[in-house]
Formats: sequence, C-alpha cells, structure tokens
Amino acid sequence: MAQRQTGIEGVLLDEHTVVSITELTQVCGVDVDQILLMVSEGVLQPTDGAQPEQWHFTGIEVRRARRALRLQRDLELNLSGTALALDLLDEIEQLRRRVRALEHHLGSMRD
Amino acid sequence: MEYKDYYKILGVARDASKDDIKRAYRKLARKYHPDVSKETDAEARFKEVNEANEVLKDPAKRAEYDALGTGWHAGDEFRPPPGAGAHRREHEFSAEEAAHFSDFFSSIFGGGGGMGGFGGARGARDDFRRRGTDQTARIRISLEDAYHGASRQLRLDVPEFDNSGQVQTRGRTLNVRIPAGITEGQQIRLAGQGGPGLGGEPGDLFLEVEFEPHPVYRCEGRDIDVRLPISPWEAALGATVPVPTLGGTVSLKIPAGSQSNQRLRLKGRGLPGRGSTKTAGDAFVQLEIVNPPTLDDGARTAYQDLSKRCGAFNPRAKLGV
Repeated sequence: MAQRQTGIEGVLLDEHTVVSITELTQVCGVDVDQILLMVSEGVLQPTDGAQPEQWHFTGIEVRRARRALRLQRDLELNLSGTALALDLLDEIEQLRRRVRALEHHLGSMRD
Repeated sequence: MEYKDYYKILGVARDASKDDIKRAYRKLARKYHPDVSKETDAEARFKEVNEANEVLKDPAKRAEYDALGTGWHAGDEFRPPPGAGAHRREHEFSAEEAAHFSDFFSSIFGGGGGMGGFGGARGARDDFRRRGTDQTARIRISLEDAYHGASRQLRLDVPEFDNSGQVQTRGRTLNVRIPAGITEGQQIRLAGQGGPGLGGEPGDLFLEVEFEPHPVYRCEGRDIDVRLPISPWEAALGATVPVPTLGGTVSLKIPAGSQSNQRLRLKGRGLPGRGSTKTAGDAFVQLEIVNPPTLDDGARTAYQDLSKRCGAFNPRAKLGV
C-alpha cells in the first residue's frame, strides 16, 4: 500500500464560517432547487438576504444540509420526514448533553 | 476471506419473502444509519446491512448467493467456487459502492476485485467524468488539544481507481491541523481530500470532532465544568484556593458560608473563542465540601466544640425533622 504524507489545514464548519448558496450546492453536490426546497421546508436557515443569491449559510447549516441529504438518500425519506428526523436528532443530542451534565454534577455521589 | 451470512445479518429466514427482506432492511438501515445511531460500530453495521440487502433484494444475486449452499457459517474461511462472478458484466457499481462492499461480495458479484461492468460503461462513454465521493471520518481529540489547537495524524483507507479501472484501497496518512477553540460535534472540511474522481475532481473529506472523556473537566459547547473539593472550614470561613483550568491554575476566592453544589463562574476560562468576536467560554466551578478522612484528637475536640457552639443549626429543617 502506497502512503502519502501531507500537512493540511481544513475549514472549520462553525458559526463563523459562511458560504453562499452556490458554495453550498458545490459542497453538497446538489442543485440550487434542492437547497431552495430545504429552506422552504425549514430544514435549512439562511442567515440573511431577501433573494437566494444574497443568502448566507453558516458552517452549522452546511453540516445540517449534508446530513439531511444523506438521510434522504439512505433511508428514502421525503423532505418533511427528513426535517422531522433532524429536529428529533437535535433534541436527542440536547437531552444527551443534559444527562451528561447532570451525571457530572452528581459525580460526587457515585465516587 | 470470510463467508458472510446475509440472512443472519438482516435477521430473516432463508425462505424470507421479498417483503420480509425489505422490511428487515428498512428497519436495520434506520437503526444503524451513522447519522442516527450513536453505537460505535454503526457505520460498519450499516455497510453490512446494505451489502446484505444489495444481494437479497435482487432475485438473480440472491439465487447466486443461495447456490453457494447452506453449509456455511458466518466467519467461515471462504473461497469462491469456480465460475463465481460470471455475472459481473451485468452489475454496474460505482467506485463508492464497490468500495463499500466486502471482499466476499466482490468475489461473487465482482465490484472491488474486477470492475468489468464499470470499465465497459466507461468505454462506451469516453466523456464520462465522475467527481470523487465525499468522505466523513470521526476524530477524537483531548480537551487540551481543543484548547491549544493541535496537529493530528490520520490514517485513512481511500478507494482509488487503478489504471485498468479497478478499485483498490490505499492507505493514506494525513497531517491535519486542529484549530484552537473547536467544539464537540463540529466538522472540519478538507476540500479535495476525499475519494478520487474518475476524470473529475476528488471529493471532500469531512472530519467530525469528538472529545475524549476528561478526568477533571466536562465540556458544554465552549463552557467547562469542573468540580472543586473544598474543606468545611474553607467553605465556612471563605478562602482563596487554586483551581485547575485548561489554561493553567488560577486562584478562586470562595466566599464565607459557601455550600456544596454552589456554582462559581470564572469568566473566559473555557474554550477560546473564534471568529471576529472571539468570545471565549466560561469555566463553572462547582463546590463540593469534603471532610478529612480521619481526625486526630485535637481536630475531634475542635469539632465537638463547634458542635456545641452551633447547636441551634438544624441542616434538616427543610425536611421537617
């Protein structure tokens, strides 16, 4: 097996990274119509701009869009089912964090 | 290579109907989808379930698989019988699909080993171009690395087309820079570092960050929680005590009359901020009153004295006893 050594710096997809709708379509490998549909269904939330050409999406939304597309493709979900799944997954993640926090606060009782 | 029991993977009988197989597959696909499941082997299970479905949903492939006989058990050393893979030309897999399937699958249906169908398709369309696939990998880092930033070496298996259009898996090492102030669940996009294209651009690599559990700190976004043991007299009289933080030890003033589970905030002592505002998280210190494990005679006398002096204090007053 051949190996290659490279040193690289990526782009952190956080709330400070912003992409245009064109960049979002490139990163996700979909066309603009699919992004527009996801926005109208409330799956994605552009930050500002009246027209789609002026929209911006944070790194968080980029991750959400890719996740939505994978779920749609792999589980053959329709868009509203995908939106529901993403919302529920977010909620589970919040609850998990809450449980971890409570466990941490209770830690002294388990030691 | 190992024999794979596709019926067992989907949890269906060998005489299961098409509907049974579809139902079992759908259920398991939802359960093990890497975006849904938190189980550590979700991705491997998801691939396995997809491979089993790929074979069992297709009557031709299922018949070919069944023809191997029923004497096999999952994990048995498997050698393909002569003539296996005769149907290769009928199946067309993209590199990404072929890469997802096991050697066992490839030995029977082609794909990873011999991409006959794929090569044929390419010959028919000279202008065929395909962008490489995006890949996602999880990366586990320590809280210290998230605080200071770090370089991490990653080993990845990358599917590649060789000169004859066959898919080969190649080991690759990448040195990736982890920026300071990254938080759990965030992704780093490495453009062009995903699967190679075929006449097209390579895909992207996405690294999803997980934190290793830390013996002292717990992280919530950019905020850090730490439990701080203090003595009863530090709590009663107030004291300035050292507190560990990711940036080093700091001094914290404990007010007189502090209680267990009380939380004190150390502003800006969490994970560093990013972007234009650069607002760092906070550290939250939760007090925990700890008694000395043993008391010598002098200390015992002092406690007895304290007990007499504070005789009016009933810590259980709220319980009505």
